[in-house]
Amino acid sequence: MLFAVLIPLLIACFIPALSKLKTKIHTGIFVFFVPFFIFIYFASFIGTDFSPVMEQYNWIPSLGINFDLYLDGLSLLFVLLISGIGALVVFYSIYYLDKSEQLGNFYVFLLMFMSAMLGVVLSDNIFVLYTFWELTSISSFLLIGYWHFKERSRYGALKSMLITVFGGLSMLGGFILLYVITGTTSIQEMIQQADIILSSNYLPLILGFILLGAFTKSAQFPFHIWLPDAMEAPTPVSAYLHSATMVKAGLFLVARFSPIFATYEWFFIVVSVIGIITLCWGSYMSVRQTDLKAILAFSTISQLGMIMAMLGFGTPIAIFAAVFHILNHATFKGSLFMVAGIVDHETGTRDIRKLGGLATLMPITATLAIFGTFSMAGVPLPFLNGFYSKEMFFDATLGLGSGGWSQVIPYLAVIGSIFTFVYSMYFFFGTFTGKKQLDQLPKKPHEAPIGMLISPIILVAGVILIGLFPNMVNAPFLQHAATAVNNAVEYNKISFWHGFIPPLFMSLAVVGIGTVLFITRKKWQAVYNFLPGKTSFNHIYNGIISKLDTFSKRITNFYMTGSLKTYMSLILSTVLIISVVYMFLTDGFAFSTNQLAEPSFIEIAVVAVMIIAAIATIYMNHNVAAILVLGVVGFGVAILFVIYRAPDIALTQLVIETVTVALFLLCFYHLPKMRKSTDSLKTKTVNAIISIAFGALITIVAISANSSRWFDSISDYFVENSHKLGGGDNIVNVILVDFRGLDTLFEISVLGIAALAVVGLIKMKKNKEAE
Amino acid sequence: MTNILTASENLINIAVIISFIGISISLACLLYRVITGPTQPDRAVALDSMGINLMAVAGIMSIYLVTPNLNDVILLIGILSFLSTLAIAKYLEKGVIIDRDLD
Repeated sequence: MLFAVLIPLLIACFIPALSKLKTKIHTGIFVFFVPFFIFIYFASFIGTDFSPVMEQYNWIPSLGINFDLYLDGLSLLFVLLISGIGALVVFYSIYYLDKSEQLGNFYVFLLMFMSAMLGVVLSDNIFVLYTFWELTSISSFLLIGYWHFKERSRYGALKSMLITVFGGLSMLGGFILLYVITGTTSIQEMIQQADIILSSNYLPLILGFILLGAFTKSAQFPFHIWLPDAMEAPTPVSAYLHSATMVKAGLFLVARFSPIFATYEWFFIVVSVIGIITLCWGSYMSVRQTDLKAILAFSTISQLGMIMAMLGFGTPIAIFAAVFHILNHATFKGSLFMVAGIVDHETGTRDIRKLGGLATLMPITATLAIFGTFSMAGVPLPFLNGFYSKEMFFDATLGLGSGGWSQVIPYLAVIGSIFTFVYSMYFFFGTFTGKKQLDQLPKKPHEAPIGMLISPIILVAGVILIGLFPNMVNAPFLQHAATAVNNAVEYNKISFWHGFIPPLFMSLAVVGIGTVLFITRKKWQAVYNFLPGKTSFNHIYNGIISKLDTFSKRITNFYMTGSLKTYMSLILSTVLIISVVYMFLTDGFAFSTNQLAEPSFIEIAVVAVMIIAAIATIYMNHNVAAILVLGVVGFGVAILFVIYRAPDIALTQLVIETVTVALFLLCFYHLPKMRKSTDSLKTKTVNAIISIAFGALITIVAISANSSRWFDSISDYFVENSHKLGGGDNIVNVILVDFRGLDTLFEISVLGIAALAVVGLIKMKKNKEAE
Repeated sequence: MTNILTASENLINIAVIISFIGISISLACLLYRVITGPTQPDRAVALDSMGINLMAVAGIMSIYLVTPNLNDVILLIGILSFLSTLAIAKYLEKGVIIDRDLD
């Protein structure tokens, strides 16, 4: 099983080399065998006596991240869909994509996606699942943007990326919470520990996070907006990713975790309500579209909503219907996408307003489309699989019990299905019947090559075979899938005729009202000007994206003014606020006069002189005057060192002071004359407040630090040992070069670097002048 | 004998305090001159005198603390105050401190 997951990735490494041969052999032919053999491998698991298989491989055991693969009925359903439809799509793409396209890229992305998708459905480890989950997002992004020279493709790719990765990240959050609560990374073990999860305080959060991931991936309301824009991808991609596989990853996730959450009432409420809303909204919006693929995109949204709703109901019949419909939807939707691709390929347009009357020109395509659309609509004919699952859906909605608002659900289901019927008919009759408009078409339409037709034929054969013999897939296949989701499934009654029961009447109502609505479609289409009107979710998305841009720009411009003055005041006020708040919260201020020395007369005099000189510096309006007044402060500091018996420091301070004055004088020649500050009074006041407050803060901190000495100083050690160990009597110097020599070394390096930098700057200026 | 010692100590202390007071007054006056100006040379001279006053402070400090360790400081203040005054003077006169084209 490990190889089944990884082989597409391995083959993808060789695709670029193989695609060099494309003048002779279409690259897709090599690729075709990959999903084909995977399909055969997994098909061998089908059987009534199937039992789950677990394979474990170590990856990062210390973090509990292991490559654990678990194949149960649900995964089996999905791997067969992925590999089976994958093989068909690759086959279809051989005829769909011309050899002039960048086939290497296409098949690398496609194989990446296949691997990722197989990984998602087979992983038992949540973190491995997440890894593959993101890989599906990335490869889907690449595939949607395959024609990257088109603006719409890039837009669609970015949109789907942002939305699905947003959901993916929130899902990761849910997974981490699950891991923290249960202490295991295995989904099966989590299911064993469902009680712990259900009694956890974080349960709503976990459910919300995971469902957000599932809803964004499966294009549920209101995150459905990326799917219609993903239709810019090549049609094989739309058929594969955006109808059969990737968009079902969210359904898979919900199904996979529903054994854990099934008894939690909010799971039922959120999943069913969102599912039903998606069903109605998707089918309602679909009728409005004019692009064939857009109709199918909204149709996919709506069908996914229906499956999601059934997963939410959680009753045995609903789960069975959900699993059944996953299979059915993959068959008819895949074929319909391929039909849309054929129409596009042979006529040059997908605009339904320009198409019409193609049935006589493209009879085979039209036949395929009629089965696909009627199955999608759930028309009660005994050879269409869509009808069975739709009827079971109605049955499931009716079986929800009589609790208050859940009685609305059957009505909503019928409304959604009516619109489903309308757009299905619209899709078929709009394209294949009616007036021919050959002059509007870019190409002269004719039947597609047989190679292109094979894949949809196989899928439609699936539709009919499942429709004719539903129990053929039931016992050996769907039964296991349903069991994996809901242990108590004993459902075995798919048959065409159940007698006169409510679901039948619902189906008949759908067909009746749907036909009326379809015929009178032109008359009520004005309603779309009111219901989505101007407040479509795309507007909201675009608004958010552009507002985010301008908003973050405004925020950044607010503080990144380019003015050092602003930065300085921001830094200082931040330090100020944090320190004051922290000091206040921890009661950090201390004031004690125990250890204070008596100030001598000369100290007071020197300090007074310094204070006056420092204040006077601010008011100097000539730079030489300012530096001279500042010199007084420098001298004052030096003499304070003298008074406090630190001759070495005093020496250094004096030298540095003099050198600094000399350097200032050197620079002044090149600097502009000092001007009077042009700041407004407000800025000046703010600056004054900040500087005074900061000075006060430093004073307070110094007082506190001096007043709260918790340990004795270690200076006694130096006093005792400077002669004994260091061989010197000047303790300061012994510390500098002996006890703490390393500091000195690096201070020297700092000076050296500064000197080199100065030389560099001067030389650089000279070179520039030379140029 | 002890009387003479204590008397001389007292004398020294009193002298030190009086000197400090004198120097402080001098510093205050010089500060006034540094700040008010009115011209830059006024300030430069005042700062130079301040350096000399500081030499005095260091000297008296070393008497007060009975230590020879501050003598270096006194000498250094002398040299540096001279140097900085020179630099300021040259700047005020010529606008530059280091002449480039001496040759």
